[in-house]
Amino acid sequence: MENAGTAQPLITARDRGLVGCPNCGRVHSAPVPAVCVRCSEPLRDIAHDRSLQRVWAWLAAGLIAYIPANIYPMLRTESLGRSSESTILEGVVELIQHESYFVALVVFTASIAIPISKFFAIIYLALSVQRKVRQGVHNRYRLYEVVEFIGRWSMVDVFVVAILAALVQLDFAATVNPGIAAISFALSVAFTMLSAQSFNPKLIWESGELSQP
Amino acid sequence: MQDFTLNPSDRSASGTDPEDMIACPTCDALYRLPDVAKGSRARCRRCHTTLTAPRDGAMTQIVMLAGTSFILMLAGVFFPFLELTAAGRTQRSSILDVALAYSDGPFVGLAIAVGALIVIVPLLRLLALIYVLAPMAFGWRPARDAIAVFRFSERIKPWSMAEIFIVSVAISLIKVAGLAHLSLGPAFWAFVVLVFVTALKDTFMCRLTIWKTLEQRSH
Ligand SMILES: [Zn+2]
Ligand SMILES: [Zn+2]
Repeated sequence: MENAGTAQPLITARDRGLVGCPNCGRVHSAPVPAVCVRCSEPLRDIAHDRSLQRVWAWLAAGLIAYIPANIYPMLRTESLGRSSESTILEGVVELIQHESYFVALVVFTASIAIPISKFFAIIYLALSVQRKVRQGVHNRYRLYEVVEFIGRWSMVDVFVVAILAALVQLDFAATVNPGIAAISFALSVAFTMLSAQSFNPKLIWESGELSQP
Repeated sequence: MQDFTLNPSDRSASGTDPEDMIACPTCDALYRLPDVAKGSRARCRRCHTTLTAPRDGAMTQIVMLAGTSFILMLAGVFFPFLELTAAGRTQRSSILDVALAYSDGPFVGLAIAVGALIVIVPLLRLLALIYVLAPMAFGWRPARDAIAVFRFSERIKPWSMAEIFIVSVAISLIKVAGLAHLSLGPAFWAFVVLVFVTALKDTFMCRLTIWKTLEQRSH
């Protein structure tokens, strides 16, 4: 229920010379302690925020790890003396050939579409904050929320490889082993998650004007 | 459930005690702490982050749901989640088998990571929540280092991936469907219920109420 009738202007804690805890919202007046009195979260003024450096560092690590994840095989299958290796993309193509379109779509989304769009989204958010872009604050915050929510789901393919390797063991005609790409892909997802977590959403709001949506 | 957004503190509120205000953790908008009725939810007017959503008896309910999740997780670890039949032989796989599948070479690290994301992190989070909230449910003083433990449980939340594991099991099932006959084991269903219970628990949890209670009872 929006009470749009009483559209008072919003005020931030910073406008008032107060510091709000980024974890629990506790408001601190000067002299501001080093950590929140309620939850012990470190309190830093947004003007001295250095979180973007960590965002870029983790993002670079995630990008670097994503390259071998696509070049090297994700899965090595040995069946009746024949062995085959498949990368992430080859795995998707195989699924399409076997007419498992739905699974192909899920794997493509989790392993290719989400990671790549996540890289671009974080780059866009970080650059827009650095350049102090004022427009589209609400949409950028929404993008940040989507990136935070969806990034973990990229782990699906790593888990699938682990499950298949455990299921199809020596006793059977076929064996399945994880490839190097499983490790670098898992690392890439973890680094990108850390990059998104390092991003301070207050930086987006800080650049925008205090208007109603 | 009634949803409403907060009115920002007005200009004359400059003398208000900081303890009676809240700054939105995501966008810094400043509000006077409202008396939010139990069962309703107060959101930030600017970014729509939930600021507080108090519920009657929430602490007890969360502790009970966390306990339930804990038992389900133990079942999920030790029972098989997939059964595979091929050439007259049956193979049952539990999560332990998945973790042990990479027991050699560079894949040991991956095994530990997969085990941690599926089992260890969710278990740690449940234990941390019970440790912090059980004394509160009884109205006791917080346990030792409850603040640090609750911060820890919040921090590891994104790394708790039980629900992603369920989807992965379903995909594996379809992937191998051509090779062998597969059926879902009891652990799979334990995990499905676990994810549902965990989501329910998270909707009951009002972080602001927990932090305020911790602050009040610590002094
Ligand atoms: Zn705090
Ligand atoms: Zn807000």
